[in-house]
Amino acid sequence: MDFLTSLLNAMPGAVAQGLIWGLMAIGVYLTFRILDVADLTVDGSLATGGAVCVMLIRSGWSPWIALLGAFCAGLAAGLVTGVFHTRCGIPAILAGILTQLALYSVNLRIMDSKSNQPVSVDKYDLLTSQRYVRDLSLDNPLPLLLVFTAVLVLALYWFFGTELGSSIRATGANPHMARAQGINTDSNIVLGLMLSNGLVALSGGLLAQFQGASDVNMGRGAIVIGLAAVIIGEVVFGKLFHNFALTLLSVSLGAIIYYMVIQVVLKLGLNTNDLKLITALVVALFLSVPYWKSRHFHGKVKPVPAAEGANGGNEHA
Amino acid sequence: MEGTNMLELKHIYKTFNPGTVNAKTALCDLSLTLAEGDFVTVIGGNGAGKSTMLNAVAGAFSVDEGTILIDGQDVTRLPEYRRASFIGRVFQDPMMGTAATMQIEENLALAARRGQRRGLRWGISKTERGDYRELLRTLDLGLEDRMTSKVGLLSGGQRQAVTLLMAALKQPKLLLLDEHTAALDPKTAAKVLALSDQIVEENHLTTLMVTHNMKDAIAHGNRLVMMNAGKVVLDIAGEEKKKLTVEDLLERFSAASGGEMLSDRAILS
Repeated sequence: MDFLTSLLNAMPGAVAQGLIWGLMAIGVYLTFRILDVADLTVDGSLATGGAVCVMLIRSGWSPWIALLGAFCAGLAAGLVTGVFHTRCGIPAILAGILTQLALYSVNLRIMDSKSNQPVSVDKYDLLTSQRYVRDLSLDNPLPLLLVFTAVLVLALYWFFGTELGSSIRATGANPHMARAQGINTDSNIVLGLMLSNGLVALSGGLLAQFQGASDVNMGRGAIVIGLAAVIIGEVVFGKLFHNFALTLLSVSLGAIIYYMVIQVVLKLGLNTNDLKLITALVVALFLSVPYWKSRHFHGKVKPVPAAEGANGGNEHA
Repeated sequence: MEGTNMLELKHIYKTFNPGTVNAKTALCDLSLTLAEGDFVTVIGGNGAGKSTMLNAVAGAFSVDEGTILIDGQDVTRLPEYRRASFIGRVFQDPMMGTAATMQIEENLALAARRGQRRGLRWGISKTERGDYRELLRTLDLGLEDRMTSKVGLLSGGQRQAVTLLMAALKQPKLLLLDEHTAALDPKTAAKVLALSDQIVEENHLTTLMVTHNMKDAIAHGNRLVMMNAGKVVLDIAGEEKKKLTVEDLLERFSAASGGEMLSDRAILS
């Protein structure tokens, strides 16, 4: 009985965390699934979002302005990775790692060289706080987070239906085709990375308020949690949801499920220190399933298309 | 030379991986001029530079030397996506020309905006949908009733047909067909070729079509060009082309290329 009560008590917190990380996971979805790029910038830009948001609030700005600041900082982080990748020819994964590393120093500078900076709900008027997550009052962060998620999903649904948004989807789906149709794939990749990291930093800003502090390490492993949410969303709702808005929503739901499961295993007595190990293994498992499936069902490696010796297209594949 | 020249290639050179053991001179002093309305078929052995020439025109890479003019405009330094406003392309690999995870109508809408600024207007309009339905109906493949299907669900032939429509949608100055039937079964290949002819004729498109099939090269277009070692070695047009046979072609090729034989693949087809 005790177990169930304490589990139920933990659920509102898990849902709130899931909603916040869900925004981050939607950012990961934009790069990982739409642009077909694994962007590791997010581990850094999540903390950047938290740092910028907390420092702005501490210096007297409204939490809304602080979130906007976090979003813009994320845009800048994505821009750097995008320029590394498209203008300097650095492979996307490495470009992300470089920005992520650089951001560690940047984040410490933003936070006045401290590895964490508190932002107490007693002193500041925060949008979301852990403290009220079980309260039946206007201070409860859940309604606001739900509205945030809904607005974001709708905005992204609109954006990816526009000419520009469609051209970004085409860039990820088939860059050859995109260029042949006059689409500037490089600038679209940069734009996608900016948008993604903007969302991640926004989520970092909300997370820092929720926890009451920003921490230079708060983004460690964020990409894996984001991927976990994306994959859980696809596995659980993939057959159900085909509409793009619903697909984005399923990413958010995936993050909620992730945090609920984490609560369950923690209440069952799992050591918190082992969480990252388990998350990594679970994500590795789910990422391997499509590969194993394709090997199992087709039996052999995909045949190489007959290419002409002098086919220069290879240079740019 | 009467009329305007739609495409001029002047002394193009291209070497891949220069300065390494893998260095490969793909285009070597290549010059070729297409008048408006020319439909030129391109043949040649493996490694002759046929696809490389098309990729050079499309801007998939920059050439080492030489000038490329499209309708009089120097495009040598324009990036691929900017040149796309003049060019319609169909690739050898049916997967290359379309976005598999997007709908048929979305693919067409992307092609319809080639050369335009893509802003925050909705990606496809209602009138467009009607137009695309009519256009797809002309293919007679039943695709007009599957406009919201993902292109990835279509067969290779269907995808090439859609890619052809996309390539011609914006009345390009130049249509580049890069062995676009090579990956299809013979029956589907014949259909797609017939469709290509029809689209070229209806839109009066200046066309470059690379093929491995000598019969196709003779049967289609008003001009035939043969490449070897990165340049044009034979250029046959008009009445002379109409009377050509595969045997003539083989003979003239071996004379032009100094006794070298075509690849087995070209002889067999």
